[in-house]
Amino acid sequence: MSAVRSLEPWRWLGVPMVQALGVTVLFAIPLQLWGLQLPEPVFPMAAVFAWGVIRPSILAPVAAVIMGLFLDILWGGAVGLWALILLIAYALVLGGRSMTAGQSRGAMWIWYAVVTALAMGAGFLIVALRDKAMPSLLATAWQYLATIVLYPFAYRLIDMFEDADVRFR
Amino acid sequence: MSLRDSPLGELKVPLTWTAAIAVIVAIVAVVAVLVSDRRETFRAEAYGATRGVADRVLTPVGDALSAPGRWTGDGIEAVKGYFFAISENRRLKAELKEMSQWRDVAYALKNENTRYRTILGLKTDPPIPMVAARVVLDSRGPFANTRLANAGKEKGVQVGNPVLSENGLVGRIMGVTTGASRVLLTTDTASKIPVMIDRTNARAILTGDGGPNPKLDYLRGQNPVREGDRVMTSGDGGVMPRGLPVGTAVKGLDGRWRVVLAADKSPIDFVRILLFEDFTQLVNQKELAEKHVPPPTVGAQTVGVIPAAPPAAAPKPATGTAKPAATPPAKPPATTGAAKPDAKAATTKSGASAKPTDGKTAAAAKTPATTKPPTAKSTTTKPAAKPPAKSSAPKPAADTTGAGSDEPPH
Repeated sequence: MSAVRSLEPWRWLGVPMVQALGVTVLFAIPLQLWGLQLPEPVFPMAAVFAWGVIRPSILAPVAAVIMGLFLDILWGGAVGLWALILLIAYALVLGGRSMTAGQSRGAMWIWYAVVTALAMGAGFLIVALRDKAMPSLLATAWQYLATIVLYPFAYRLIDMFEDADVRFR
Repeated sequence: MSLRDSPLGELKVPLTWTAAIAVIVAIVAVVAVLVSDRRETFRAEAYGATRGVADRVLTPVGDALSAPGRWTGDGIEAVKGYFFAISENRRLKAELKEMSQWRDVAYALKNENTRYRTILGLKTDPPIPMVAARVVLDSRGPFANTRLANAGKEKGVQVGNPVLSENGLVGRIMGVTTGASRVLLTTDTASKIPVMIDRTNARAILTGDGGPNPKLDYLRGQNPVREGDRVMTSGDGGVMPRGLPVGTAVKGLDGRWRVVLAADKSPIDFVRILLFEDFTQLVNQKELAEKHVPPPTVGAQTVGVIPAAPPAAAPKPATGTAKPAATPPAKPPATTGAAKPDAKAATTKSGASAKPTDGKTAAAAKTPATTKPPTAKSTTTKPAAKPPAKSSAPKPAADTTGAGSDEPPH
């Protein structure tokens, strides 16, 4: 019997996934406050970023795809678009793992903003090519800003599980 | 022998590499799904069963989640109504006074319109049945702007049906299932709706970009639009009925003409789905694709063998056929007026509007052949009459009404 206590996937993948999707559904209700609609941040982006930082995993990309497909179906967009955006974000975080190890919270927030910008930029290009119409830069910027303020959630997830698996300390 | 004892048991692949491979495989799969997605085609089969099932599940969830917000809003409205009843009463009285004047104008115009229609024999659009629905979920991002409404197949909703709020056009139905339908908003990047400027009758395509104000693309003519012009659906292409209010034109910060949507005046909580069938739904695509070639008439010459008619004889059939088709008050202005309201009217009255300079010349020039009695003789003379009519029609005009010129006359 191994002495190493491995990290249970449902704890660091399953629970955040359900939480992110639940909050996304909540934010999709047609509610207007003083004539203003609710913002539409991409909650799964925070979870995907945290997963890439916590540890490499085969299940994480699968979870990212599930979340992306859910977003596409919930928001009525092209199926596969958000799955691809989230996978791009995960791939970037995974690729930069050695670079981001031991960085301060501020630096990680900047890295999160960069990753989100690149992933959403890719999404912007894909939509422009697919629909032959350039999406509004302002609308994209709003969603981007609403997403990057979610970093504290990603940080909390990282903080909870970064040292949970001794093999990745 | 256990795996640990085997030579491969000691083989350790770095987890980062396996994760990277998983990412690549997932990206390939997702790209394949994305490429095969055809949500912008407005075909029922393109929407997919998965989306249908998901919409069906999400509708009651969204309905339940949005209920507290709805109740709170209703409560606030009730309280406001109680405390501001007097000022509201004053405002309504003033509005009623103004509206009663407009009512008289409307009666006069309605009467005048009825007379004109009778004189011109105009075929007006039949009333369109509609279904009311509540919006239970919506998306507002730059890449998708849709809403989920709680009325579906059971109420006769079909893909392509226009959706209106109390103020104006909201979008079109892009997917429908039992108890739910997905509305593609006019602001979505996949949304392209033919519209017209009310003042100048200029046509444009309303193209969404994920922002609140969709663009007016393909505007033609000199100064076709001014700030504050009303924009409405043109009905071109038969996708939507003509005259649905869309919004007002404004110059965007990027220098492009955009539309402030009328539907944005108030929250879109309830919508009306017009059970309007567009031409693509009415037409049997299979039948349309089949080419029914009539059997050759015994003794008659085929089209290719017939010698071209002399140019002098060309205008004759056009004027000759225009005469019986033209109703007594078929003056030129009247014909253009008849051609304006809708495409159907233009085709039914096209015998009177056979004007060479008119934009619809190609469609109009074709109809005389149809007005002829379908005798064996007419089948032989038809091709002879066609080339002069085509040659008299200027080519650019034929291009602008290309669909009409290629289609068989109804």
